[in-house]
Parts: sequence; C-alpha cells; structure tokens
Amino acid sequence: MGFIEVKDLKVHYPIRGGVLNTIQDHVKAVDGVNLTIEGGKTYGLVGESGSGKTTIGKTIIGLEKATSGQILYEGQEVTNKARSRQKKYAAYNKDVQMIFQDATSSMNPKKRILDVIAEPMRNYFDYTPDEIKRKVVDLLEIVGMNAEAMYKYPHEFSGGQRQRIGVARAVASDPKLIIADEPTSALDLSVQAQVLNFMRRIQKEYNLSYLFISHDLGVVQHMSDDIAIMHKGRFVEQGSKSAVYTNPQHIYTKRLLSAIPDMDPTTRAAHKVERQRVEAAYDAQETDYYDPDGRVYDLQQFGDNHLVALKPEEPNASLQNENVKTGGER
Amino acid sequence: MAVERSLLEVNNLETGFRFGDVYHNAVDGVSLTLKNNEILAIVGESGCGKSTLATSIMGLHDPKNTEIKGEVLYKDLNLLDLNEKLYNRIRGNDIGMIFQDPLGSLNPLMTIYNQISESLEYHSDLNEDERKVRVLELLNQVGIPRPEQIMKAYPHELSGGMRQRVVIAIALANKPPIIIADEPTTALDVTIQAQILDLMIDIQDETGSGIILITHDLGVVAETADRVAVMYAGQIVEEAPVEELFANPKHPYTRSLLNSIPHELESDDDELHVIHGTVPSLSKLPRKGCRFAPRIPWISEEAHEENPVLHEVSPNHKVRCTCWKHFHFEGEEK
Repeated sequence: MGFIEVKDLKVHYPIRGGVLNTIQDHVKAVDGVNLTIEGGKTYGLVGESGSGKTTIGKTIIGLEKATSGQILYEGQEVTNKARSRQKKYAAYNKDVQMIFQDATSSMNPKKRILDVIAEPMRNYFDYTPDEIKRKVVDLLEIVGMNAEAMYKYPHEFSGGQRQRIGVARAVASDPKLIIADEPTSALDLSVQAQVLNFMRRIQKEYNLSYLFISHDLGVVQHMSDDIAIMHKGRFVEQGSKSAVYTNPQHIYTKRLLSAIPDMDPTTRAAHKVERQRVEAAYDAQETDYYDPDGRVYDLQQFGDNHLVALKPEEPNASLQNENVKTGGER
Repeated sequence: MAVERSLLEVNNLETGFRFGDVYHNAVDGVSLTLKNNEILAIVGESGCGKSTLATSIMGLHDPKNTEIKGEVLYKDLNLLDLNEKLYNRIRGNDIGMIFQDPLGSLNPLMTIYNQISESLEYHSDLNEDERKVRVLELLNQVGIPRPEQIMKAYPHELSGGMRQRVVIAIALANKPPIIIADEPTTALDVTIQAQILDLMIDIQDETGSGIILITHDLGVVAETADRVAVMYAGQIVEEAPVEELFANPKHPYTRSLLNSIPHELESDDDELHVIHGTVPSLSKLPRKGCRFAPRIPWISEEAHEENPVLHEVSPNHKVRCTCWKHFHFEGEEK
C-alpha cells in the first residue's frame, strides 16, 4: 500500500459576482482525483495548462486548501493540515517537500546557499552548526556542486545550478516524497539532462518518491513509472507508463501523444496525417468520452495497472474498432 | 552569377553589445541565405545569439548600445545601411515577424481588427472597406473561428493559441516574402503547438515565402524545417538539410544536444547525456580557436583548428572546425 493516499480530492474556487458579490459558480480546478503514492516510485502528472495538475501538487503539500476529499499520510488524515504546527503533523511536513519551476523566486535572495539548504534541517532536526555544514556539503556534492557554493548567494548561480540547489534543499529534510512542479521547464536541453540525472540518482540513493508534474510528455516518459493524464480537473487515464504510452485508450490521451513532435523528419508527412486524424476523431467523439456537462467520466479498470475514464454503459462498439485501428502503430 | 537568387543573404554579421567601453559580440560572423519557399530553422540554447540574429536582421537594436557589422542583403539593399524611415517600410511589408509571447506583442487597448488593419494602413493604399475584407480573409487563413466577432475582441478575451494566430495574421497582412518567427510556439501547449506549426507550413505552401524559424526545440525543427543551422556561442557550427542533420549529425555540439533529449530508459543506470561545463558568458568568450573545445576537454587540442571555419563535408552540409572527425563521447571509444 502507498504511504500517501489521495482520495476523491476536490479543489473548487468560487467565482463571485452580481450585486452582492455572492458566489455565482465554482471553477473546478481539481474535481475528484484519486492517487496512491508508494515508496521509491515516480508518478508523472501530465496535462495542458489549466488542467489542474499544479493544484494537485500544491494541495498535497498544503499550499492550496482542499474543498473536499482526503489526503492520508501513513493512514493518518492530514488534509489541509500541512502547515499546522501541531507536533502530530510534523512527520508529514518533513516527509513531503517540493521543487518549484522557477528556482530563482523560490529562494530568499538575501540568504546564502548554506542557509537556504539548512533551513529545512533546522526546522526538523537538532543538528549542531558543524553537523549542518557537513550535511550541506554532502548535499551539494550529490547535486554535483562544490563546497564553496555554500557561501554564495542565489544570484551568483546559473539557472541549472539554482535548480540543483533547489533539489538539494528539497532533499535536506530527508523526505519520502518530493513534488516536482515543472522542475526543468525553464532550462535548456543539456542543463535539463543534468538536473534529471541528479534527480534520478538521488531517488535511488534515498528511495524517494516523486510526483513529477509536467506538460512535457518526453520528460515525463523519461522519469516516471506511473502516469496520470489530466484534463479539466480530472484524470482521463492513469496507469503504468507502458500502458499509457503504448496503449492509450482515452481520446484525449491519444490527442496529446499524437501532438508530440516527432524527432524523425523523414516520417513528417505520415505523422501529420495521423495527428490530424486523431484531432478529427477527438472532435467527432467528444460525446463518447465526456458526459453532457463536458465532464470526464469516472475511471474504470481497463487492464493491469491501467485505468481509463470511459463511458459507464456497455463497451461502445465504435470505440472497440478505434482501438483495433490504432493498436499497432504506437 | 548564380541563377537562383536567394531571398535574403546575411554576410558575416556581427552584433556587439556594449559593456562599459567594449563591445562583445553576441552574433559573431554569421552568414546564411534564405531561399523562396523554404523554412530555415536556427537552433541553439539560450544565449547562443539566435534571437539577436533575428532582431539584427529586423533592425530592432538600439544603435547607442549595439554595434552591427556585416551585410544583410535584400533586393540589392543592405538593410543595415537603411535609416529608420526606410527600415519601417521594410518591416511588416517585406519582412513579417512573429514573437514568442503573443500577449506581449499585441496592444491590449486595441481591438484585433485595429491591430491587423494598422499594418495594412501603413503599408498599403487599401481603403477602409478593402481593409475589412482583407482582415477577414487573414483571420480565416489563420483558422480563427467566427472572424466577424473576434475582429471586435481585445487580446485578453482570446486564448493563447488564438492570440498567436492573430500575431501570425498581422505578420502575414502585407504578404511579406520573408517571415521571421522567434520561438513562435514555446509558450503554447503541445496540441496548440502542433496546430500553429501546421498553420505555418500551410501558409508557406500557399504564399511561397521564406521563413526563418528560431527555436530551441529540436522536435519543432524535425517537424517543420527544410534546412537547419545550429548555433553555439554566436556562431553557426553546423548547417544541413533537416533529414541530413538528424540522420547524420557531425559537430560535437549537435551530437551532444541530440543525445540529451529525454527518452525512454533502456535500463535503470541509463542516464541522459550532459554536456560538460557551461556556456561561457559573452565577455569571457574565447575569440580564437574552437569555442566548443572547453566543453569536450577529452578531445585532444590537435583535433581542433586554430581558426575554425565552416567546411562543406558533403553537398549542403557544413560543419565548423575539424574536431568532429575525432569526436567521441566521453568514456566511449572512437
């Protein structure tokens, strides 16, 4: 069983308006999501902008309030308790950390790297200053940086280095889960490669889990064991990486996968035809995959570790044909 | 002289930015040609000078702090010699530009119609009614639904993809023979990116214009370009037709870049390729020798040329320096 369980999580924001500024409606940023996180695994969360993927990460770590649903940590209910100072939630606070997309704005510019990385340790452990220094040096080494970096300020580093410092800080409190929200989206290809490599090495060393949030399907495929595809605040497909990438069932997943640029210029024309075919299918079959309100259906078991949000009734005949047609080409 | 004339010819362009009293070249001796009906992609990582190249061609630099040398030839004119007034006739009329951030390049206080029509008003003698017809035609061309209504909308009322379509419509308004697109899809989601790239290819097929596409995304290059120039530290290090570049990359930088693309892991120890070191800052850039040499220190010094130039290694495939012949990845036998 997983050490973190997210059950039917909903995050709704009120839309106010009218004469008395009353609540008129809600934006359903996250609308009923279930997720189980096991030790040492990476969970990719993919979706386009506005799909609600960042909100899930922020709610787990307590930067957003859940409207309803539960977050369980080792069986203990911790929903909306992440910023509580009560002792019984301290373990949860320590064990869930975050890496942000923009490393620059996630660090206090007036603090030296030593203090940036040491802050989580000072919060949760009783180390002596010497011990802290030693640990910071170790952490910097893990992300491939020199001990001298300790006495510098965030602005003295390049984007890639800063993001590695962000990784080191997240690891400092010896967490079990790191929520990584677009950690490499602002980085160049070769720098991204470096940060991703370090993240994977650290994962092996500390047996960490990642919730890897990204819009980049290539990066997610590289990093993840399990993947959830999000659309309109709900999961349209969830399961093992191979199931989702090689045997996508939901039309939205297919659409997303077909839109990834192909690295082979010789198959460009065929790829374009395929992409436009999927795009047309997406427009034509919308009612098969979304309910009359435009909401994504509930997830159903499709295969081994593979859930798909399909229409609840009997398996649709045209849908089956679609599967046969696209089965071999991915 | 050559029978097939190129549309745009850039010769030995140098763009230097002033730091104190010294100028440092962000673009350092770039030569390239753009032909009719082709998409030339310029790829490189941040700071390689690809955007500076575009803004230099467009004449968008502050003359007080920049120094531009070389030639940008278009129809027997050297654009770099033009004064502001003449340049304004070229910009928007002969060269259209598409920027990365569609919201930043649209005026928030003007309706879509006024923004597109502004360019027509400036460069053509169409009257009000004719402009309206042309704007509708353009909005249709870039695939905007309900153009009569969208025409009256303001930029904030549109989605990111729609805004970028409007920016493309503005760039196309006067049917310019040259379009420069600087990271046109970087701010967009993949599905929208695919639509915009398709649109650009369709437009190019229709109008036969030449497009310079500036991007850091090799996937975008593979999907759209006809020819590719790879830039590193202000210079072109490799230039080839797109199939050739992906099938047969030669320069160590190109090969390293292709190797660091995230892919599915073959084993648990499988790691992405990381390029050794970092891109040197503009002021510390070595002016002599192979600029990529510090990033591949395991390659012996003799492998590099003293003053690396572009060599044609096969028809239309150019590579800078000789180090590619001796290059192998670290820890791998040649």
